[in-house]
Amino acid sequence: MKFRHLVLGAMAAFAFAPTTAMAERGTDGQLNIIYWQAPSTLNPYLSGGTKEVEAASLVLESMARFDETGALVPFMAADIPTVENGGVAEDLTSITWTLREGLMWSDGTPVTANDAVFTWQYCTHPEGGCAQASYFDGVDSVEAVDDRTVRVNFTEAKPFPYTAFVGAESPIIQAAQFADCLGAAAPECTEANFGPIGTGPFAVEEFRPNDVIVFAANENYRNPDQPAFSRVVFKGGGDAASAARSVLETGEFDYAWNLQIDPTLLAEMEANGIGTVVTAFGTSVERLHLNQFNPDPALGDIRSTAEAGPHPFLTDPIVGQALSMAIDRSLLVEVGYGAGGQPTCNVLPAPELYASTANDDCLVQDIDGANALLDEAGIVDTDGDGIREYNGIPMRVLYQTSTNAVRQDTQALVKQWWSEIGVDAELRNIDASVFFGGDPASPDTFQKFYADIEMYTNNFSGVDPEAYMANWRCSDIPSPESQWQGANIQRFCSEDYDALVTEMSRTAPLEERGRLAREMNDMLMQSYSIIPLIHRGGVSAHANSLGGVRMSDWDSELWNIAEWYRIAE
Amino acid sequence: MTDASSSTSEQVGYTKPRSQWWDVWDQFKTHKGAVMGAAFFIAVLIFVYVGPYIWTLDAQYIDIRARNQGPSLAHPMGADQLGRDMLARIMAGGRTSIAVGLTAMLLSLVVGTFVGVLAGYFRRVDGLLMRLTDLFLALPLLPLLLVIIMLFRDPLRATFGPEQGIFILIVFVIGITSWMQTARIVRGDVLALKEREFVLAARSIGTPPHRMILRHVLPNVLSPIMVSATLGIATAIITESALSFLGLGFPSDFPTWGRLLFDGTDWLQRNPERVIWPGLAISLTVLSVNYIGDGLRDALDPRIRGR
Amino acid sequence: MLTFTIRRLLMAIPTLLFISLIIFLILDLAPSDPTASLPLTIPPDVRADIRASLGLDEPIHIRFLLWLNQFFVNEPLNLLQHWTGWDLGGEGRTRVISWQTRSPVVDIIAQRMPQTLWVVGTSYIVGILIALPIGIYSAYRQYSIFDQAGTFVTMVGFSVPPFFSGVLVIVIFAVNLGWFPSVYDTTHVVVDWPSFVIQLKQMILPVMVLALQITSQISRFMRASMLDNLNQDYVRTARAKGLTETVVVMVHVLRNSMIPVVTVIALGVPQVFGGAIITEQVFKVNGLGHLLIGAIQGGDIPTVQTLTFIFAVLIVLFNLVADVLYGILDPRIRYD
Repeated sequence: MKFRHLVLGAMAAFAFAPTTAMAERGTDGQLNIIYWQAPSTLNPYLSGGTKEVEAASLVLESMARFDETGALVPFMAADIPTVENGGVAEDLTSITWTLREGLMWSDGTPVTANDAVFTWQYCTHPEGGCAQASYFDGVDSVEAVDDRTVRVNFTEAKPFPYTAFVGAESPIIQAAQFADCLGAAAPECTEANFGPIGTGPFAVEEFRPNDVIVFAANENYRNPDQPAFSRVVFKGGGDAASAARSVLETGEFDYAWNLQIDPTLLAEMEANGIGTVVTAFGTSVERLHLNQFNPDPALGDIRSTAEAGPHPFLTDPIVGQALSMAIDRSLLVEVGYGAGGQPTCNVLPAPELYASTANDDCLVQDIDGANALLDEAGIVDTDGDGIREYNGIPMRVLYQTSTNAVRQDTQALVKQWWSEIGVDAELRNIDASVFFGGDPASPDTFQKFYADIEMYTNNFSGVDPEAYMANWRCSDIPSPESQWQGANIQRFCSEDYDALVTEMSRTAPLEERGRLAREMNDMLMQSYSIIPLIHRGGVSAHANSLGGVRMSDWDSELWNIAEWYRIAE
Repeated sequence: MTDASSSTSEQVGYTKPRSQWWDVWDQFKTHKGAVMGAAFFIAVLIFVYVGPYIWTLDAQYIDIRARNQGPSLAHPMGADQLGRDMLARIMAGGRTSIAVGLTAMLLSLVVGTFVGVLAGYFRRVDGLLMRLTDLFLALPLLPLLLVIIMLFRDPLRATFGPEQGIFILIVFVIGITSWMQTARIVRGDVLALKEREFVLAARSIGTPPHRMILRHVLPNVLSPIMVSATLGIATAIITESALSFLGLGFPSDFPTWGRLLFDGTDWLQRNPERVIWPGLAISLTVLSVNYIGDGLRDALDPRIRGR
Repeated sequence: MLTFTIRRLLMAIPTLLFISLIIFLILDLAPSDPTASLPLTIPPDVRADIRASLGLDEPIHIRFLLWLNQFFVNEPLNLLQHWTGWDLGGEGRTRVISWQTRSPVVDIIAQRMPQTLWVVGTSYIVGILIALPIGIYSAYRQYSIFDQAGTFVTMVGFSVPPFFSGVLVIVIFAVNLGWFPSVYDTTHVVVDWPSFVIQLKQMILPVMVLALQITSQISRFMRASMLDNLNQDYVRTARAKGLTETVVVMVHVLRNSMIPVVTVIALGVPQVFGGAIITEQVFKVNGLGHLLIGAIQGGDIPTVQTLTFIFAVLIVLFNLVADVLYGILDPRIRYD
C-alpha cells in the first residue's frame, strides 16, 4: 500500500512539477502524529471538538485560513475579498468568494459553488444539530453566482464578514458525498463522516474512531509538489506526558499535540535533543470568576441567582483588587505553563489591536499592598482567627475548577497567597465532563456556579472579539429561567457596558472597534468581578527532523501541513 | 453470666479456664512473619500519627524555592513540584490512606461475607442474592460514583463537615462497589462446606443456624476472607487515588499515598524518590497486613494450633 | 445439573433486563453531558440543538424502549442480513448510534475487540498459568524461601497500580533500552513470522504489567485454599494409603482447593472483555476499556449502555459457569 502511494505520488510529482521544485509529492515517507485525545469523527460539523476539527483539517479545507499571525491566507479561494477589491459589499451585507481555478476534490471531480451552498444548508438544517452553526449566524442566504463564485448574504451589516467558510471549523464539504445526509440523517452517514472527501493535501485511507487515522497524499491536490509526505498516521490515546515522551524521548512520533504537562519535565525531555517544543498564542485566558450573587448553600435553589441577592463581599471591587494583587502570575506561569503561558491582566489579550495596556499593574505581586488596601477599607480581622471579616462575615471562599493537574497546582498556590491576606479558600475540583457539561440537574456545572470563585479558560475563535465581549451583557446571566445557559458566568451587570456592546455591533472601522473592545475590557477589569491570570497558548512538540511547522492558534495547528517536510539528515 | 463468673473466681484453688483467645495469642506469637508484620504495622501507625508532632512542617505549606528539590536535611524525602515537603505529605497521606484502606476493606468484607454466607447457607435467598451480586458487578462504576457524589456530597458535607463527610462518602463508595468478589468466593466455599460431615453432625444435634454459621462455617472460610482482606486494602488505597484524581475524592491539596504515587509517576526519571516512598509505603503496609492475616488465620485454626 | 443450567439461563433473561434498566437509570441520572467536551466557543443554543439531535429531549422510558428495540431487534436483524445476504428490509431500521462518533456502537465494539483479546486475554492466560504453580508450590512448601519470596513479589506486585508500573516499564524498556515500542499499533496485521514478532514485541510490556496483577491475585487465593486443605484428614488418609506425593497434592488437594480459585478466575473473564482501562491507556492499546472510559467521560450513553450490558451478559454467564464447575469439582454440591 505504502509503496503504491509512493510510486503514484512520485509519478504525479514528476508529471506536474516544474523542474526547479525542491520537494516532490510523497517523497518523504510517513509522518506520525499523536493526539492523546483521539478524534471520534472526521466531520467537524457533527463534533465541534478541537481534536476532530484539527484531524479533519488535513482533508477538508475552507475558503481561507488564519496563519500564525492571525492574517487570512486564501486556501480554496483565489484571493481574500475586501471592501477595497469589491469582494465585500459597501454596506457590509454580503461577501463574495471566488474559488481557485481548476480546484478538484480528491476523487477527481471539480469543486463548484454549489458545494458551498450545500455546506450552508447542511449546517443550518434545523434537525442536524450542527456543532458549528454559530459560524452561519446572521447569514441570510448563500448563493452560487456562477460555478466558481459564491455570495454570502447577511441579514444585516456585518463588520467582520469572515466567519462562514473561513477557518478549520467551517470547511466546505462535498455536496455529492453528503447529499443524503441532511438533517436527522446526518449521523447515519457513517462512511461519509469517517471518510469525507476534501480538497486538502491528504485523503482518508482508514479511520478508526477514537483510535487511529491513516491518511494518504491527495493525488489531486492543487499544488503538484505537495504534500511532501506520502502517508500520515494519526494516532490517539494515552495522556499528555506519554505523548510528549513518544516525540521527545523515544522518537516514535514526529508531532504531538497539546502537551500541558509540568514545564520542568517538558524542558528536560526537550533537552534530549530529539525534538522541539513549539507554542502559539491565540485568545485563551485562564481566569477567575468572582460570583457577584450569593452562593450560600443555605439559600437552596435560589443561590447564585438574582433572587439570592448580591454576594456578601465579592461585589466590592476593593476585595477583588486585593485578591488579584496577592497573586504572583509569573510564578503560576513558571510552575504550570512554562512556554505555554504568559501573565496577563486582560480578559481580551489579543489580537494586538484589541489588547489594552491599562491594567498592567497586576503583573507584579504585591501582598503588602493588598493587605494595606484591605486595612484602609476597614476590612480587618476582628476576631483574631487570621481571617478578615467583611461587615462581620468572615472571608471564606469556595474555590472550584475542573480536574486537571496544572489547575490543582494553581489552586494550591493561590490558596496560600490568599491566606497571607486573610482570605481562606476551600478547594474543590470537579470532573471536566460534569463541570463543563450543561446538565441542569447537576449542582457542579460552571454555569450554575454554586461556589464563590471558579477558574477555567475561555477564548473566542477567529480574530474578531465582538461576540465574545457581548458575553458580559446583563441579559447573558445564567439563571434557572434560561436553563442556566448564558456566558456571563460571574453575573456582571452594567448598563454602560451593555451600551458599549450595542455600539460595537454598529461600528465598522477597525480602529474604532479596537477602542471599544479595549474600553469594555478595562471596564470589566476595574469591576474586579473577573481576574485574568494567564494568557495561554497551545503547546506542541515536533521531531527535529520535521520541517515547515508554523503553529497557529487562530486556526487548526496543522493548517499548513501541506508544507511540512522531512529534513534530510 | 457476670455473677456466675465473679463467684467462681472467688473459689479458692480454682484456676480460671484459659480463654481460647490466649491460645490464639500464643500461637500468633510463634508466627515469626505475623509478629514482624504486626510490629511493622504499628511502626507505620506511629510514623503517620505521632510523626507529625515531631516533624512539624505542614503538608500543605508551599515553599516555592524548594520546588523539585531532591532529598536534603530540610526535606529528607525531597519536595514536590510546588515545594511541599514530601516527608510531611507521606505522613499526612498515610493517615488518610490507612484509615480509608482499613475501613473500606472492613466494610466490603463484612458485606461480602454476610451476603456470601447467607447465599451459600440458605438456598432460598441464594438466587436473589447472587442476582444482586451480578447487578453490582455489572454496574458501571464511574457513572454510579458521579450519581452518588451528586446526591450525597452536599448533605454529608453539611452534616459531618467537609473532611468527615468526604471520608464517609469515599469509604462507603469503595465498600459497596468491592464486596462482590468476596461474596462469590465465600458462597462457593460455604456451598462445599455445607455438605461436609461435621456440618451434618452439628445439624443433627439441633444446632440453630446462627450458631452453625458463627462456629462451624465462618472459621472454615477464614482463609479466603483473609486474602480478600489484604488484597482489599491495596485496592481501596489505589481506588481512593483514582477517585481523587477524578475530582470525586478528597480536595486536591489533601495528600494520600495513592495520590502521591500518581502525581509522582511523571517525575519517575527526574525525582525517583517521589514514587519510591509512597510506593514503598503502600506495598509494605499491604505486605505487613498480609502477614498479620496469615498469622491470624493459622492462630485461629485449631488443627494447626494443636500442633 | 442440566435442568439447573437451563433454569438459570431462563432466569437470566429477566435478570439482565432488570440490570439494563438499572444501568440506564444510573446513566441518565449521572450529571455528565455529551456536549461537555466541546470548546466553550460553541454557544449554548447550539449545544441545545446538538442535544436535541441526539434524542435527549425524549422522555426516559421512550429512550429506554428505543434502545431495547435497537439492541435486541434491529442489531440482530442487521447481523443476520449481513451474514446471509437476505433482504430483511433494512431501510429505516435504526441501529444503536454512539453519540461521540455518530456511528453504530456495535461496529466500534467489533473493531476494538481484537486488540483487547490479544493483550488482556493473553495476560489473563499467562497470569493464570504462572499463578497456579506458584500458589500450589508456595502452599506445599509453606514458609520456605520460595514461599516468602513469592509472597513478597505478589503483594508488592498487587500494591503497585498499573498507572505506575506501566510508566516504569516504558521508561526502562522503551526509553532507556529501546527494546520494545511504547505505543501499541492497532492497525498492525499479523501475516507472517516477522509481523508476528512485531506483534509480540508490542504486546510484551502491557502483558507484563497486567499479568503481574492477575498472577498476584490468583496465586494468593490458590495458596490460601491449598493450605486449608493440606491439613485435612483426607490428605493424611491418602498419604497413609501410600499414594505418591504428586497424586496427593495434584489430584486430591488441588481439586478440593479449586473452588475459590475457580470463582476468582470466572469473575475475571468478563473483565478481560471489559479491557484494562488504565493499562490500555498507558500503552495506547485503545481497546474496549479505552472505549468505555472515553464513552463515560464523553457522556455517550448508548455506548456505555451497550458495553455494560454486554459485560452484564458475560458476568451472568460466567457466574453460571462457576456454579456448574463447583458441582464438578465437588459432586456433593447440588442445586436441584
